[in-house]
Amino acid sequence: MSFTLFLILCLNGLQYGLLLFLIAAGLTLVFGVMGFINLAHGVQYMVGAYLIFAFTALTGNFWSALILSLVMALLIGLLLEYAVFRHLYERSHLDQVLATFGIIIFLNELAKVLFGPATLTIATPEILSGSIQLTEQLRYPVYRLATIGVGLAMAIALFLTISYTRTGMLIRAGSTTPEMVAALGVNIKQLFRIVFGVGAMLAGFAGIIAAPIFAIEPGMGDNILIIAFVVIIIGGVGSISGAFVAAILVGLIDTLGRSLATELLSFVFDSSVANQIGPALASMLIYILMAAILVFRPKGLLPAKGAS
Amino acid sequence: MNTTIKSAATATALSIMMATSSLADDLKIGMVVTLSGPPAALGQQIVDGFQLALDQKRGMLGGQSVELIVEDDELKPDVALLKATSLVEREEVDFVVGTVFSNMLQAIFKPIVQSETFLISPNAGPSTFAGKNCNPFFFVTSYQNNQNAEVSGMVANKEGFKNVFVMAPNYQAGRDNVKGFNQTFKGTVTDEVFTPLGHQDFSAELARMSTSGADAVFTFMPGGMGVRLVGQFDGAGLKDSMKFMSVFTTDETTLPGQKDAAVGFLAAGNWAPDMLNEANKAFASAFEKKYGYIPGGYAMQAYDTANLIDSAITKTGGATDDKDALRAALREADFTSVRGDFSFNNNHYPVQNFHALKVVKRDDGKFHTSFVRTIVEDYKDSFAGDCRM
Repeated sequence: MSFTLFLILCLNGLQYGLLLFLIAAGLTLVFGVMGFINLAHGVQYMVGAYLIFAFTALTGNFWSALILSLVMALLIGLLLEYAVFRHLYERSHLDQVLATFGIIIFLNELAKVLFGPATLTIATPEILSGSIQLTEQLRYPVYRLATIGVGLAMAIALFLTISYTRTGMLIRAGSTTPEMVAALGVNIKQLFRIVFGVGAMLAGFAGIIAAPIFAIEPGMGDNILIIAFVVIIIGGVGSISGAFVAAILVGLIDTLGRSLATELLSFVFDSSVANQIGPALASMLIYILMAAILVFRPKGLLPAKGAS
Repeated sequence: MNTTIKSAATATALSIMMATSSLADDLKIGMVVTLSGPPAALGQQIVDGFQLALDQKRGMLGGQSVELIVEDDELKPDVALLKATSLVEREEVDFVVGTVFSNMLQAIFKPIVQSETFLISPNAGPSTFAGKNCNPFFFVTSYQNNQNAEVSGMVANKEGFKNVFVMAPNYQAGRDNVKGFNQTFKGTVTDEVFTPLGHQDFSAELARMSTSGADAVFTFMPGGMGVRLVGQFDGAGLKDSMKFMSVFTTDETTLPGQKDAAVGFLAAGNWAPDMLNEANKAFASAFEKKYGYIPGGYAMQAYDTANLIDSAITKTGGATDDKDALRAALREADFTSVRGDFSFNNNHYPVQNFHALKVVKRDDGKFHTSFVRTIVEDYKDSFAGDCRM
């Protein structure tokens, strides 16, 4: 394995990790702060991707489409909260799972009805469509570097908001003792609504920036939701910094594992056996990590303060 | 996008109309295809292709009015089985046409052939039923699954590729295609890479490709995976340094998403929409006029399936009770296939020509695969020898 290849893998891992973070951030807050299991969170990722597709087609410009998509993603999140989720806060986890699973099916089918079942693509915005020469044959797209930059900026902004603003303080307080926060005269429902809307918007944003690279199809959020749950379990439920560390970790392990597992195994076994086991083992790595974390640090790597 | 919805709506409306129109229909045909999830586009092509042939014959096959019942297998074996069983037991259909995917075919195969109903596959052609488990009630109008990859190996030889990088998803069909390619390719396979099914990010694989020193890449990445791979391959600038060769990766169902990134890519297949025989010209233009998109192999094979049934029913004079006579009539394959010469082997899988294809952009901005040259004539699958029939 050459150094360039390793570098590319690390960049990809970082990029994937940041994408996961954007999704996991909302999920961990909703789950941590409200104790609410929202399976429909992954579908917001798909919604974001379809929104950017629709608005790019409509306006012909990626940047105005980006703004419109973010606003729409926020509104759709708030609408779902108002129409469905707020009735479920007091209900059991099973009810929440059932209702939010229903939303997944509904939105996946709606996407299919509106946009057709085929895989759609959008072009990368003009200004970011170049690429950097890494080796003689290989170039690395600027767009991918840009998503890493934006992802990091988002992570920092989120971290600062949670740690140093009044809203962030209330969210942290609300996650441990919601009754106490409510008793102090804070409108906890309003707070939940904000967390929900922003979480949905972040997942939508992840879908938007993923769309030019990964293409758009119904059900694209379903797999990423599972990984996002793995991330929040590894990081510690309700903890933003935990979600960040875990997301980067999962991104790197998954990406590096896929390429290295087969190669490392081929030192031990012959190549056809390695080719059989390698890919299977690589896709299990993050779940093995999760199992290990659950055994040795059941609260996650960086548990939210005061989480019980 | 709109046209897809429109054609889906028309097809649904038509099938509902047909299902309710009359009880006096002479011929009942059940169809089991995938119409949900991302692969729904493939099933839709099959419905559209079959419907086109039916409409051209004013709703009759072999002079008998047809009731077509379309069922969605949802890409779930249990659902496919349930729908297929209801078609043969409750509806008592004369033919079942299906499926898109081989695993769905495996699910519905037994109850259908055991009820002595003819099962005709317009796409899936697994090796399972081509060899010693071949069945007198089972016909395939597409190909045997391994053949396209085998022909790709021949294309690679013909193009003079010495080193090829091979990549496929890590599941049965992926490994079968790699095996098929390796079987006929005479050069060196530099790498064999298996990605997870539904893989999102190919940049690690692309990086390996660029350092592998291969002249070409051979891959099998159906559906969304193919769309992502082609876009990322183009984005990584590999298009200038290596050739891209594939099966079921750059076809008429994925090209609307891949667009210019796929132009010039090589493929292998039994047909292309621009093949020059008269029957095909008529089919391709009528199809596009009616449904607003360029037909792929799926639609073509379904169209041929309808014409095959038409020819067989004509021969039996409308009778379907005498199964042996009907089977003999089907085996003759006395219809004009839009792909040119077509006949059945002893295992009821096709004997047909395979061609090298290339992705082109048409003047009106639409994309399709285009005929380059015939690679192998009257190609038979390698399992027929084990079939005692």
